[in-house]
Amino acid sequence: MDKPFRRRDLLGIRDLSAAEIIGILDTAENFREISTREVKKVPALRGKTVINLFFESSTRTRTSFELAAKRLSADAVNISVSSSSLSKGETLLDTALNLDAMAPDCIVVRHSSAGVPHQLAKVSKAAIINAGDGANEHPTQALLDAMTIREHKGKIDGLEVAIIGDILHSRVARSNIHLLTKMGATVRVAGPGTLVPRDFSHLVENGLDVCSHVEDAIEGADVVMILRIQRERQDSAYFPTLREYAIHYGLTNDRLDLAKKDAIVLHPGPMNRGIEIASDVADSSRSLILDQVKYGVAVRMAVLYLATGGSMSGK
Amino acid sequence: MSDRLLISNGHLIDPAAPENTGMSVLVEDGKVSAWFGPNDTVPQADEVFDAAGLLVAPGFIDMHVHLREPGQEHKETIASGCSAAIAGGWTSVCPMPNTNPVNDNAAITRYMIEQSERAGLANVFPIGAITKSSDGSELAEMGEMKAAGAVAVSDDGRPVPSAGIMRRAMQYAKDFDLPVIDHCEDKSLSAGGVMHEGKISLLLGLKGMPALAEDIDVVRDILLAKETGAHIHIAHVSTKGAVEAIRIAKNEGINVTCEVTPHHFTLIDKVVEGYDTNTKMAPPLRSEEHLEAIIEGIKDGTIDAIATDHAPHHADEKALEYDRAPFGITGLETAIGLAFNELVHKGVIGLERLVEMCSTNPAKIFRLKGRGTLTPGSIADIVVIDPQLKWTYSNSESRSKSRNSPFDGWDFYGAAVATFVDGKLVYRR
Repeated sequence: MDKPFRRRDLLGIRDLSAAEIIGILDTAENFREISTREVKKVPALRGKTVINLFFESSTRTRTSFELAAKRLSADAVNISVSSSSLSKGETLLDTALNLDAMAPDCIVVRHSSAGVPHQLAKVSKAAIINAGDGANEHPTQALLDAMTIREHKGKIDGLEVAIIGDILHSRVARSNIHLLTKMGATVRVAGPGTLVPRDFSHLVENGLDVCSHVEDAIEGADVVMILRIQRERQDSAYFPTLREYAIHYGLTNDRLDLAKKDAIVLHPGPMNRGIEIASDVADSSRSLILDQVKYGVAVRMAVLYLATGGSMSGK
Repeated sequence: MSDRLLISNGHLIDPAAPENTGMSVLVEDGKVSAWFGPNDTVPQADEVFDAAGLLVAPGFIDMHVHLREPGQEHKETIASGCSAAIAGGWTSVCPMPNTNPVNDNAAITRYMIEQSERAGLANVFPIGAITKSSDGSELAEMGEMKAAGAVAVSDDGRPVPSAGIMRRAMQYAKDFDLPVIDHCEDKSLSAGGVMHEGKISLLLGLKGMPALAEDIDVVRDILLAKETGAHIHIAHVSTKGAVEAIRIAKNEGINVTCEVTPHHFTLIDKVVEGYDTNTKMAPPLRSEEHLEAIIEGIKDGTIDAIATDHAPHHADEKALEYDRAPFGITGLETAIGLAFNELVHKGVIGLERLVEMCSTNPAKIFRLKGRGTLTPGSIADIVVIDPQLKWTYSNSESRSKSRNSPFDGWDFYGAAVATFVDGKLVYRR
């Protein structure tokens, strides 16, 4: 099998070409079937070590990476650090060098500060996979979203995608905007003015529009992507109450009716039902939230495989 | 030590010099005693420094440094900071009061000056705090600090948030003829920010500090200066709005001056890509339009001075997440190279204006008598510069105790080759 993406590290979608993205998605397609087998394991990464280094709590993403590594026969170790390295008195550099000394092939890192994977990549000999860094990027989420869209729409090129919610603080939004526009989709973002900066339209060269109203973004969309509202941001007074948010920005069936008849709904999870997404929308057949989770494992298998240069001979 | 030193045949850059080329400067007992033109007979001297082909200028005065002593000697000491200063052509440095304890009283001011005398390298003119502990509430003893040698007051990185306290500080400082320096940043607008707010901060997912946070405070201070008649000096201007406000205020005759750092006339926020914490400082590196406004302000005289905001931090403190690393970079050794590369060699300003910004104006703003000029009778703080000398800055060879410069590996054209303080040679390249 040719290696479609030859980068050692996956720090963000921004650094990838459309061809590289397609290569990862195609590799993920090949891995999907493994998770449906009776024995869900292939020896592709046998003898490789993957460290899941999570400085920020996560259930879904960490489990997904762990399963992906194990289904490829890699040895996976999870390290959860409740807060940053600073609280232990260790610098980020020291943390990286210590882990590196144990000779892992790949470090999957999540951190609340943007840029940590980039900083680690400069000093680490292991391949660094970004599993979410602050408000910067969450590349594997965008890849699994793309896989979901491709599965249900047959393509990405030419689609209209609405992304609704806290765009300012969202790494999911950033990675998706990069991926979707590189692949030829048009993206419209909307949400409260405090969370959707006007300058955002400059994030990519073209294909991105900032809408003043949620309805304008959703109208005629093929895909409606809803972002999670982080309740802890309530203290920062970006909007008055969750109640008002639900009324003015939440995805209801009425708002979804503005989209194309066959529009699909995505949410990176975990959902705040009744706030950013009404329960009846979340539970409807148009909502593909569980598909996203399912494809997440395949995408992460592909990324780990490509980043560590695993062999397919044993498949 | 020679009694009579002759710096001969140099190209003299001084506001009072009618002619420049082939000038010789005679120094006696730490003072400039006479100038001699190319056709004059020069007197015998105990020592001669041949400055043929070199520039001879009044020593540079850095209005804004952090020397970290007392309290954070692992980052810098007065001796190590002064050693870095003289290698960059700075004969005087003015340390900000954010030491530990804060320089908010005459005892600390005196201690800093005594430490510099022990080091015997550059002159140190401390800046006292505006408020006790720089906490923005009660005025510090400005009169006592001035008597001990302080040349201005500032709460620098912890700018006085209350317009009411700032007004009283200006009213009070005016009695003592002390300039009030403000690091203009409305922290209610910049809280949590780590870089300039704009396209790049959105792209990198880092929290931004809007230009507005600086603009609003600059305008506030100008209005307070107009009302009180005090001298407000705006530290490290970095925004288009600040430059425009200062230009208007100067035209109206308001007593406002300002400085710019070399990094703000050289770099833009794009360099934060890659998340190198040596690109993190306050005010942050701004976008292209702000840099253009800064260059315009340097050209038209709105900006009075170049100051480094030399802010050493230990490597371990900078080896953190971008969000958590401290603000600040070193600057004493690279400033002259950056000024030549970005301003002189690009034709933004001439040599006279460079000396005005690095020496004459700082001396005027801080009322440093006998400095900022080499007119006979003035103090013999002198820098000899080779304007074409090519050199490469390396963090590993820095004289500072810290290594946090984004200019590691940069090539420069223009360097201090000799620095004299009080007529004594303290640095020779």
